[in-house]
Amino acid sequence: MDITLFGQYLMNGLMLGVIYGLVAVGFTLFFGVLDVIKFSHGDVLTVGAFTAFATYLALKAAQVPSPWLQLLAMSVVAMTSMAFLGALIAKYLVLPLRTAPALNTLLLTLMLGTVLREGVRLIFPDGSNPKPFPRLLPSDAFSFGAFTLRIDTVILLLSGLAMIVATHFLINRTKLGLAIRAVAQDGETAMTMGINFTAIVLITFALGSGLAAFAGVMNGLYYNEINFGMGLLLGVFGFSAAVVGGLGNIYGAILGGFLFAGLQTIGAVALPFASAYKDVFALAVLIAIMAWRPTGLIAERTSERV
Amino acid sequence: MATSKGPALAVAALATAYAILFLGAEKQAELAALLVGAAVAVPLAARFGLAEKVRSSIGANEGFFHAAVITGALITALWFHDEHFILLMMTTSLLLMVAALGLTVQFGYAGIVNFAGSAFIGIGCYTAAVVTKYTTLPTVLTLPLGGIMAALIGSILILPVLRTRGHYAALVTIAFGILFKTFIEVNDTLGGPQGMSVGSLTLFGWSFNDPIHVGSFEASFYLSYIVVALLMLALCFVLVRRLERSWIGLSMDAIRLDEIASACYGLDIARWKIVAFTFGNFLAGMAGALYGHVLGFIAPNNFTFGDSLILVSIVLLGGIGNPWGVAVAAAFVVILPEKFQIIQEYRFVLYAVLVILILLFRPEGLLPRRLRRYLPAADVKGSA
Repeated sequence: MDITLFGQYLMNGLMLGVIYGLVAVGFTLFFGVLDVIKFSHGDVLTVGAFTAFATYLALKAAQVPSPWLQLLAMSVVAMTSMAFLGALIAKYLVLPLRTAPALNTLLLTLMLGTVLREGVRLIFPDGSNPKPFPRLLPSDAFSFGAFTLRIDTVILLLSGLAMIVATHFLINRTKLGLAIRAVAQDGETAMTMGINFTAIVLITFALGSGLAAFAGVMNGLYYNEINFGMGLLLGVFGFSAAVVGGLGNIYGAILGGFLFAGLQTIGAVALPFASAYKDVFALAVLIAIMAWRPTGLIAERTSERV
Repeated sequence: MATSKGPALAVAALATAYAILFLGAEKQAELAALLVGAAVAVPLAARFGLAEKVRSSIGANEGFFHAAVITGALITALWFHDEHFILLMMTTSLLLMVAALGLTVQFGYAGIVNFAGSAFIGIGCYTAAVVTKYTTLPTVLTLPLGGIMAALIGSILILPVLRTRGHYAALVTIAFGILFKTFIEVNDTLGGPQGMSVGSLTLFGWSFNDPIHVGSFEASFYLSYIVVALLMLALCFVLVRRLERSWIGLSMDAIRLDEIASACYGLDIARWKIVAFTFGNFLAGMAGALYGHVLGFIAPNNFTFGDSLILVSIVLLGGIGNPWGVAVAAAFVVILPEKFQIIQEYRFVLYAVLVILILLFRPEGLLPRRLRRYLPAADVKGSA
């Protein structure tokens, strides 16, 4: 394989890794604080991407010229509105089911995902068809011999990584992060230490959903296309990444994201069968991993309480 | 002691009349009136103690009630004998009932959630398509073959499903459902995104796709499919009920409620989970094979994740582990969007919202499963 193609696949894999990682961090955060899987997470990403797209259309109608300003506004609007949506979901749908079996939460959020997905399809004009996401980043390319590097890819990758680093910083270095970690470790003890449990849960859900919205915008800018169903597969892959990395573990989630993206890229490049089977391959490997390590590669550190 | 056959017969007759009225209604206002009528009448009947009477009457004359319901379904089918569309709806709901029964055994009895229900139906459909296209096997064989294929392919999942719990197990079946759809979409032998046509079911040289002529009586070809579907449903229903009442069902219940305790009592958890999972997939695959013949043409878009979720909703709406509830829920879930064209587009949202509301306010389902009665003949007061 020549170096050009290799470079492309490498960049593509890294990009996917960052996107999956961002989604997986959300799953891991939710699981950490509440021990629940919020399966509508992927669809929150879709709604975020479409919110950004709607913002773009509004800005275009208002004739805001600068693409950077547009991008900033799109990201801010998408992330804040999704953060708000995430907190709402946590308050009215996830927290009331705290005492119910974990399966009920899973089912409820799966159904909520359907509502969001179909909502986008039905409410957005001509929502059943894919929408062209605007190219707002400069698309100049650098050439290193045969290997070309597009500047928009670099910007996207760097900003994604920056977002992950910022999240890491927030969780590990700030007081808020300390509270989140305390609630994740033991909610009741955290409450006796004066931490507002509900508030922390809501903030965590807002944070995760904001990250998902960011991933949605990234995804849109990278592929220049969004559709109402994109969140489902991204959600499944993000969840897989979180599970493979071990739920409740932020590093595991990021690692899992890159691992999963790597798997898909290998599936597309190195295997003898057609690259169309790359998702099939990735999902089959996922099922195999689940059979081998039932709670992920970095196992969940809980003992079974009888 | 209300053990006369009267209430059971009355319920079957009422249900038949209701089905005929509902399926035959053309105007949206009539349909709405019928729905509101049922929504008012059923709780009222329960309020005045009628439901208890009906329940004990059915409990005492179960075989009779089954026969009455089957007769009712046949009468309904004959009533609409030349209406293709209505018969197709009826067949679809009958087959979905079979698949949902399979899911009930998995989810309601053994506690394994299967989010790939439509994938197993799809395996059945594609088996029927491949058998009729590439082989000369007798087509009746597609029904058991569809079930066997679904059970076999499902057995790949047995190890991960047994080893994982909760969210992790859910992830396995979700991944499989999406894997299946992606696979058939990119596989050219199976027709890719365009799908495949499925040949007709033939029995003793008579093709099921031919219209029926008996003397001056003419009927749609769907009528013959309905008879087969009804037969399949009746068999599966009786089988599932027997399974539930037997010590197998008891073992499955114990395993669902507490794995560790059941293991302490010497129950083989893996064995019963495998039995439930494989049996459920078999039912879904068998129903799928017949569904393929009925549709005549299948494509990957018939087997999306959304459809799997609808199957789970049926099990949940009907009341987890309650076969009668599942039957009623399947009928409504199939027929409502077809009759109300306005909601056809919104059906996924509608069912999703319904399930969310049920999970929030009535987590045991609309018609919850009743506690086991160890002495079926005795009408124990307050045993609910």
